[in-house]
Amino acid sequence: MAQRGFFERDPVFRLTRIVGRVLLYGLLIVMSLWFLAPLFWMFMSSFMPLDQVGVFPVQWIPRVWMPENFTEALKFWNFGTTFRNTMLITVVSIIGDIGSCTIVAYGFARFRFPFRDTLFLILLATLMLPFAVRLIPVYAAYEAIGWIDTFYPLIVPAFFGNAFYIFICRQFFLGIPQDLLDAAKIDGASEVRIFTQVMIPLAKPAIVVIAILSFQNSWNDFLGPLIYLKDPDLHTLAVGLYKFTSLPGQGGIYNQQMAASTMMVLPVLIVFFLFQKQFIQGANISGLKG
Amino acid sequence: MGLLFISPWIVGVLLFSLFPFIASFLLSFTKYNIVQPPEWIGTDHYVSIFSDDPLFLKSLRNTAVYVGGSVTIRIVLGFALALLLNLKVRFLGLWRTLFYLPSVVPIVALSVIWLYVLNARAGLLNSLLYAIGLPRFRWFADPDIAMIGYLIMSTTWVGVTMVIFLAGLQGIPEEYYDAAKIDGANVFQRLIRVTIPLMTPTIYLNILINIINAFQVFTQVFIMTDGTGGPRDATRTYVLHLFDHAFQYLPPQMGYSSALAWILFMIFFFFWAVIVTTSQRCVFYQGGENGE
Repeated sequence: MAQRGFFERDPVFRLTRIVGRVLLYGLLIVMSLWFLAPLFWMFMSSFMPLDQVGVFPVQWIPRVWMPENFTEALKFWNFGTTFRNTMLITVVSIIGDIGSCTIVAYGFARFRFPFRDTLFLILLATLMLPFAVRLIPVYAAYEAIGWIDTFYPLIVPAFFGNAFYIFICRQFFLGIPQDLLDAAKIDGASEVRIFTQVMIPLAKPAIVVIAILSFQNSWNDFLGPLIYLKDPDLHTLAVGLYKFTSLPGQGGIYNQQMAASTMMVLPVLIVFFLFQKQFIQGANISGLKG
Repeated sequence: MGLLFISPWIVGVLLFSLFPFIASFLLSFTKYNIVQPPEWIGTDHYVSIFSDDPLFLKSLRNTAVYVGGSVTIRIVLGFALALLLNLKVRFLGLWRTLFYLPSVVPIVALSVIWLYVLNARAGLLNSLLYAIGLPRFRWFADPDIAMIGYLIMSTTWVGVTMVIFLAGLQGIPEEYYDAAKIDGANVFQRLIRVTIPLMTPTIYLNILINIINAFQVFTQVFIMTDGTGGPRDATRTYVLHLFDHAFQYLPPQMGYSSALAWILFMIFFFFWAVIVTTSQRCVFYQGGENGE
């Protein structure tokens, strides 16, 4: 402590410290600009007249504000339908993921049964399986049972548990003191009651994280809707936006493309700002794997 | 009772992991176009992949460039940013949110945006290069550097890696640094002798996660090239090649595609084995050091 005080009075030390801080914050600002500039430009250019979008070097503020870019984009892009479809898939998947993953995680965390640890290792191993390996047999199976052009391939798997979410939830359950459960058992509560009335309320933070990861997963998914949903009336936002930007003759209409992108991104950003902490936690937990 | 609780997952793993795992292995030895039943042809697909498919090697090479480049970017930049934010900066939460923000944007929208960021004529990146007096590039229009465009785009997700590193850094007890300071270690010595050894498990894990993700790069390339991997297959990635055979060829070549998928699985397994064996050595080393 005495040493630190000595250095802080030293003018050379203070100068290097100030220079260091200026450099540090300068660097942080530059990096933030790098990360945010594309999104900021998406938002700004969605209001620009078309000829302003192509100007070099790039311009940041619309010369005239043109909200009609959005209404024009909506003429070609069935936003209402795709939004509804995406919402439906997302909400049902979240419900399925929360339900199945908490139940399975509880089984792994609180019971002893033969091969439990082997089964849990298998669960972790499935995280490593590339999706390309599952893709074709699963597609063929859906084709065989007539599920192509239905939402089932995108929502039914959620009800059978997601390895990563189960892992998150199990870690959380393991952290809940056993005394609490023993107390409930002495009071004569059944396993099902303990689960629904003691564990679930306590596991709220983990459930919110799962809900957010599941939301991101369904909302952003592209490959699944692309191969399973061919009927335009069933398209999701992700596929709809792709189809809109790749319409013939649409290639150059960047302002409307950006307006369409803004419409897809805004709901995600709103959810992100509301649940920032849980988003970051979700990312952190993935760092605990293994 | 426990088995009852985990039964949904057991059914799920059988249906969505084990069945496809075995089925795709079997399908890789067949000719299969979905409409007609699979027809057994032995190892023909594997033979023709290695001897008769120039796009296989090309896509593997493109993917290797992406994996090598993007994993390095995400680990080095992610670690550097986490170190910066760990210097007791003000508004830590704000910076973390700003850096993390692009990672939550749906990848389709990101692809539409980045098509314009890397636009050859009037894109954002070329404007930046022009503003600081550097030469401009044609990015996706130039086969030689088109993959580099995707590497630059991959900085978008650095925030995820950074957040994980930052949590790890914040978990290192302050006493370790104090002890190193008393021993006269400077900033760099502390980084190399204290921070990095303690962070090795996190670093290994991040490398593994990022390699797995990078190997499966597909969506942005599919969207930005309209499923072609152009110009002239310069950005055809491995999964795009596999997807092409299964879903864009007429008639679909599901068997060939399955063989490609299994080769990818073998590559994954190899990396996983390398990382697990080397990381175990490191963890052991660290344990020894702590015991001293």
